[in-house]
Amino acid sequence: MRSISPVRLFFKTVHARAVPRMIGMKREPSWIFLEILVPLVNTTAFVYLYRALHAPEAYVGFVILGSVLSAYWMNVVWAMAMQLHWEKKEGMLQLYVLSPSSLMAILVGMSYGGIVMASWRAALTLIVGLLLFNVHFATDQLPLVFLVFGVTLIALYGLGMTLSSLFIRWGREPWHLALAFHEPAFFLTGMNFPLSALFASVPGVISLISALLPISFGLDALRQLLLPGTIVGVFPPMTELWLIAGLAVLFLTTSYISLKFMERQARVEGTLALRLS
Amino acid sequence: MSQSPLAIKTDNVGRIYKKKAAKRVSRASSPDSSRQLVALDGVTLEVEKGELFGLLGPNGAGKTTLIKVLTTLLTPSFGSAEVLGYDVVREPKAIRERINMVSGGETSGYGILTVKENLWMFSQFYGVPTKEAHRRSDELLARLELTGMKDTRVSGLSTGERQRMNFCRGFITDPEVLFLDEPTLGLDVHIARVTREFTREWMRKNPERTVLLTTHYMAEADELCDRIAIIDKGRVLACDTPENLKRMLQAQPVFQIRAGGLSESGIDGIRSTTGVIGLTQEFDLETSHHSLNLILQEESVISDVVGAIGAAGGKLVGLEKHEPTLEDVFVKLVGRSLKEDVTE
Repeated sequence: MRSISPVRLFFKTVHARAVPRMIGMKREPSWIFLEILVPLVNTTAFVYLYRALHAPEAYVGFVILGSVLSAYWMNVVWAMAMQLHWEKKEGMLQLYVLSPSSLMAILVGMSYGGIVMASWRAALTLIVGLLLFNVHFATDQLPLVFLVFGVTLIALYGLGMTLSSLFIRWGREPWHLALAFHEPAFFLTGMNFPLSALFASVPGVISLISALLPISFGLDALRQLLLPGTIVGVFPPMTELWLIAGLAVLFLTTSYISLKFMERQARVEGTLALRLS
Repeated sequence: MSQSPLAIKTDNVGRIYKKKAAKRVSRASSPDSSRQLVALDGVTLEVEKGELFGLLGPNGAGKTTLIKVLTTLLTPSFGSAEVLGYDVVREPKAIRERINMVSGGETSGYGILTVKENLWMFSQFYGVPTKEAHRRSDELLARLELTGMKDTRVSGLSTGERQRMNFCRGFITDPEVLFLDEPTLGLDVHIARVTREFTREWMRKNPERTVLLTTHYMAEADELCDRIAIIDKGRVLACDTPENLKRMLQAQPVFQIRAGGLSESGIDGIRSTTGVIGLTQEFDLETSHHSLNLILQEESVISDVVGAIGAAGGKLVGLEKHEPTLEDVFVKLVGRSLKEDVTE
């Protein structure tokens, strides 16, 4: 072990911690129903609602894109943010801390597994949108689309890692905290409606909170790039890309600091393990 | 890092937990809502490389707290501790690269993974090459008689099988210092013996490796450990080889008495007999006899003890003198039997 470089150890840990999620997906396929098919019902309901209201057809595209990113948001809030809490409950957290690997590598591994799982749902939502609801996306700026999408995911999972270290400190019952993050996000990020509508009608402080959620500008930029001419964005896509990149740096930094702080405090307070004698 | 031949060194190390009292009580009784629990109270120990060192103590003695301090999971409140010359507070990463820990009764491992997959996963956190990890896990699983379960999901393992898997997890990273915290808890007699044999064999093959073991099983400590520290209320009461510890009682005879018809107050009367240094008792439900283990100041005290049994309405069934055991040393130092502590 002593001869391995920290970078190599980081990636070995990421791979090793991603494997349980991958294997879990294969061995317990119930997630296909729970994680993919059930959420599609909600998306479909919004599509029918907009059509019943004779809203512009682009709104169907908004909903589909919102649903794609909501898959990752749900994964971040319900899996990533609560992960350390569960690991502690299962007696795994102290074994992670005991190892020479960083908690960051463990969480990145979990994120990787989570991204793969959420991507299946996102992909199916996209396919349903394209085939069932005849959504047409512009493809002339695909490299930028992928860039915005990738940076949004980095910022999003950086936020997830930060939340994870916060949830374990304050979350005796973390699902309450998860709920507090889950529901308002659908409103604050414009998951099912244009973000500009929100920014035009709510006080500045709410806009600020919205801007801190990586999905908000990520979704707004993707809508502008994939459904051009149908939406007035809050900012141009490139500006929003820079803002999301800033959030990515911010959240990766805060997650690093908060994980270190959490570990240090837990060592001082003796709260890494559930059982201490 | 200081160059040190020692695997473990603690210097007056202590750990105090702040425990919050119930709000209602604290408001009524005291403005200070916290109270302190001293889990470790100035422990000084030196363990050399290649030693199998035992920590013996009742529940709450501070054994696990000391292990947590040494494995960098807990910071000491005062004093200092080093593992392989690295300071537990300042250099935790250097220590973590070189150690591992197995705790009895831990439920680690993901149920969805098989035994082999779990072992591989943990080995990766220490940077063990995959091929080497598989080779080691095959070897460990065979030695711990788990080969037949290697492709079984962890969720399908019994408690004992899971504990054996955890035991393998501790060794798969080939640590320089291994902390075994009640490793045979929940194992049947045969497998517990296998794990003990394996631990000894591993140390024979790797003479530079060090094991720090805590156990409730006196015989396990006696059989395995090169040296033992007896710890109670966060303090080390004695530290020596099992033989030397037993020699402490050479001048004090140890008797085992079986008697019927004794009440608790009768036993208390025997305990308070002048010249009785230590007394532990067990009750045999089948025969309704008490088995008393007595450490006496001198041999002549036995007649007073027999008299006290009669005075308490008891009937002497058997009496024999035996060589002091580690259990007797423990009773003398701690004041009660470890068995009594376990059953409490």
